[in-house]
Amino acid sequence: MNLNFLLGDSIISPLGFGTQLNLEAIRQGETALQSHTNLSYQKDSFYAGIIDNDLLDEAFSRIGNLRAYTKLEKMMLLSIHQVLEDFPYLDLERTGLVIATTKANIDELGKGRFSEDRLMLWKLGEVVAKFFGFQDKPMIVSNACVSGALALKLGNDLIQSGRFDHVMVAGGDLVSEFVLSGFNSFQAISPEPCRPFSNDRQGISLGEAAAAMLIGPKTGKGETRIGYIDAVTANDANHISGPSRTGEGLYSSISRLLKANKVKPSEIDFLSAHGTATAYNDEMESIAFNRAGLQDIPVNSLKGYYGHSLGASALIESIITRHNMLNNELFASRNFTDLGVSRPLNIIQQHRSSELNLALKTASGFGGCNLAMFLKKVQDE
Amino acid sequence: MNDLHTELKKSIIDQLNLEDMDVSDIENDEPLFGDGLGLDSIDALELIVLLEKDYGIKLEDPNQGKEIFNSINSMVDFIEKNRTK
Amino acid sequence: MNKKYYIKDYVILRQGRLIRNGEVLLEAGNPELKDFLRKIYKSFGMRYPKFFKMDDLSRLGFLAAEILFDQEKPEADTALIFANSSSCLETDKAYSKTMSGFPSPSLFVYTLPNIVLGEISIRHGLRSENLFLVQDRFEPTTMIDYSHSLLNKAKASNVLCGWVDLHNTDYDVFLWQIAASGRLEHNEEELNKIYLPE
Repeated sequence: MNLNFLLGDSIISPLGFGTQLNLEAIRQGETALQSHTNLSYQKDSFYAGIIDNDLLDEAFSRIGNLRAYTKLEKMMLLSIHQVLEDFPYLDLERTGLVIATTKANIDELGKGRFSEDRLMLWKLGEVVAKFFGFQDKPMIVSNACVSGALALKLGNDLIQSGRFDHVMVAGGDLVSEFVLSGFNSFQAISPEPCRPFSNDRQGISLGEAAAAMLIGPKTGKGETRIGYIDAVTANDANHISGPSRTGEGLYSSISRLLKANKVKPSEIDFLSAHGTATAYNDEMESIAFNRAGLQDIPVNSLKGYYGHSLGASALIESIITRHNMLNNELFASRNFTDLGVSRPLNIIQQHRSSELNLALKTASGFGGCNLAMFLKKVQDE
Repeated sequence: MNDLHTELKKSIIDQLNLEDMDVSDIENDEPLFGDGLGLDSIDALELIVLLEKDYGIKLEDPNQGKEIFNSINSMVDFIEKNRTK
Repeated sequence: MNKKYYIKDYVILRQGRLIRNGEVLLEAGNPELKDFLRKIYKSFGMRYPKFFKMDDLSRLGFLAAEILFDQEKPEADTALIFANSSSCLETDKAYSKTMSGFPSPSLFVYTLPNIVLGEISIRHGLRSENLFLVQDRFEPTTMIDYSHSLLNKAKASNVLCGWVDLHNTDYDVFLWQIAASGRLEHNEEELNKIYLPE
C-alpha cells in the first residue's frame, strides 16, 4: 500500500494566522491563553485562547465576503485557503474534504443571524466545499477530542482505498459559551492557564483554532517528508466522560499500533500527548504511557500554548509534530512545574534540538475514545 | 424521617433519572455512590447543581462533595446547616 | 484489497416500528419517542438502569444494538462506525436551555454525537475502533469504504455500522453488521434497498 504524506498545512489560532507564525510564537514562548471576562454568562474571569474578530475579519476580507460567513467558517476557510495557495495545481475533483469538529457553529444557536441549517455540522462542510469547489461531498468527523487525528486516519484510508488522490483534512472549534458553561458545570475549567501533567494543575483552558492539512502521495524528489504511517483507535468501554482509571483504551490503542507496525517503544523519538490538565485525564495518560513502556520518551502537551481546541486539537498537534520532525526540534510543555501524575514521564521542560525520525501522537476524549498515530520521517533516495 | 429527607429523595430520583425508583427504595444511611445507589461522577456533578439550585449552596471545593454526598443523612445535615433558601 | 464483505444482520427503528432482518418485531402505532423507547426496553425485558440516564439519541442507538446483539454477543474488536445528519442537536438545544440558569452536566455530556458509541461500547465491552460521521442524508459510501479498510488492515474482525438520527421528533435508525460471508453483498445498492424499501 502506498504511503501518504503530510504535504502542507496551516494553523489559524490566536498565536497567528499560518503555521510558520504559530511555530515562531511557540519558539518565543508565547501563549494564546489570556484572561477574559467578556462572555455574558461567566461572572468570573477565565483563561482561554480566543481569536480577535477584527484581525480575523481583516485577514478574511481578502478572500471572502465578511457577512456571508460565521466566525468558525472564516477561520476554517482561511486555513484551507493557505494550504491551497501552496498547491495551485491540485485537482479538486480528485481531492476529498474531511472536516473535524465537535460543535461547529454552536455559538449561532438561538441567535438567528444565519439560517437554521447553519447549525448542522454537514452544512459547515457544504459551505467550505462550495467556497473552494471541492467536488465530492465533504465528510464530517465528530468524534469528540480525537476528531482532528481521526480525520487524518479517515483521509489516509480513503486515499489508500482508491477513492481520492489527495484529501484536505480541516478541523476547527470555537470557545463558545455553550462549551465553556458545560466544562464549568463539570468543574473542569482551570482558574489560571492550564498546567498539563503538573502537580498544581487545576483543569483545562479552552482555546479556539482552525487548521488544515493536505495529505497524499509524494510529489517531487529529493525532499525530506513526514509520512503518515498508521493510526489505531480504541474505546475505554468504561465511562462516557471519566477516563479509564487504568488507561485501558489509550494503552490498547498504543500497544496495537506498536504491534501492527513492529515498533519497539525505544524507537520512538517524541510523544505528542493530549495533556488536557484535568486531574483524571493526565493521570490516565501517565498510566497508559507507562504500561506501554513510553516513560522515557520526551513528551509534551501543547495545551499550555493553545488551550484545548477540541475537534481541532489533535490536528494542530499533528501539524506541529510534523514541523518539529522536519526541524528536529522539541517544544517545551508550557506551564509545566513539577510532575503531578503517579507514573514517571519525561516531560520536555525547555525547547531543544533533537533528531526526530518517529513520533507518536495520542489523543483521548469523551465517549471513551482514544487514538494513537505514528508519523515518520522519510528521506528521498 | 423529616420532610427534607423525602423532598431530597424525590428531587434526586427526578434529577438523576432514577427510573423505577421510589422514595421508599432509598434508605437514609445507604451509600449513594459505589455499591449503594450506584451513582457515578456525572451524578455527583448534578448533585452539586441541585444543592445550588434548590438550596442556594455553592460548593467552593468539589472535593467536599465526597463527604456530603455519602448518604441522604449526610446531605440533609449539610443542607440544614448551610441552606440560604 | 477488493475483498468482498456481506451484510449480516440489521435492525431498523422507524415510525413506531422495530424491524430485525425484515421481520417486524414490534409495532407500536405512532407513539411519542420516549414511550416507544420505553416500550422496546420493557418488551425485551432489559434491565440496565443507565439506559434512563441517556439522551434520546443514545437510547435509540443503544436499543438498536441490544436487539442486534440479542442472539449473539459481539466480539470485543467489533468496530463501531456510525453516522447521522443532525449530530446531537436535540440535546444541544435542551442543554442550552439550562445555560442561563444552572447548566446541567448530565445534559452537557451528551452534546457529542459519539457518546452513543461509548454507551454501546460500555454495554458490550467493546474496546474497538470508533468513528462518528455527520452527513446531510443517509449515504453509506464512506462507511463502506472505511469499514472495509479496517477489516482489510485487520484493525477489526467485525464492524457494526449505524445510522442513528434524531431531529425534532423524527427518528431514523438503521444498524447493520458486516460479515465475511453471507447472502447480501455489503455495498451501497443493497444497503439503500434495505434502508428504503420500495
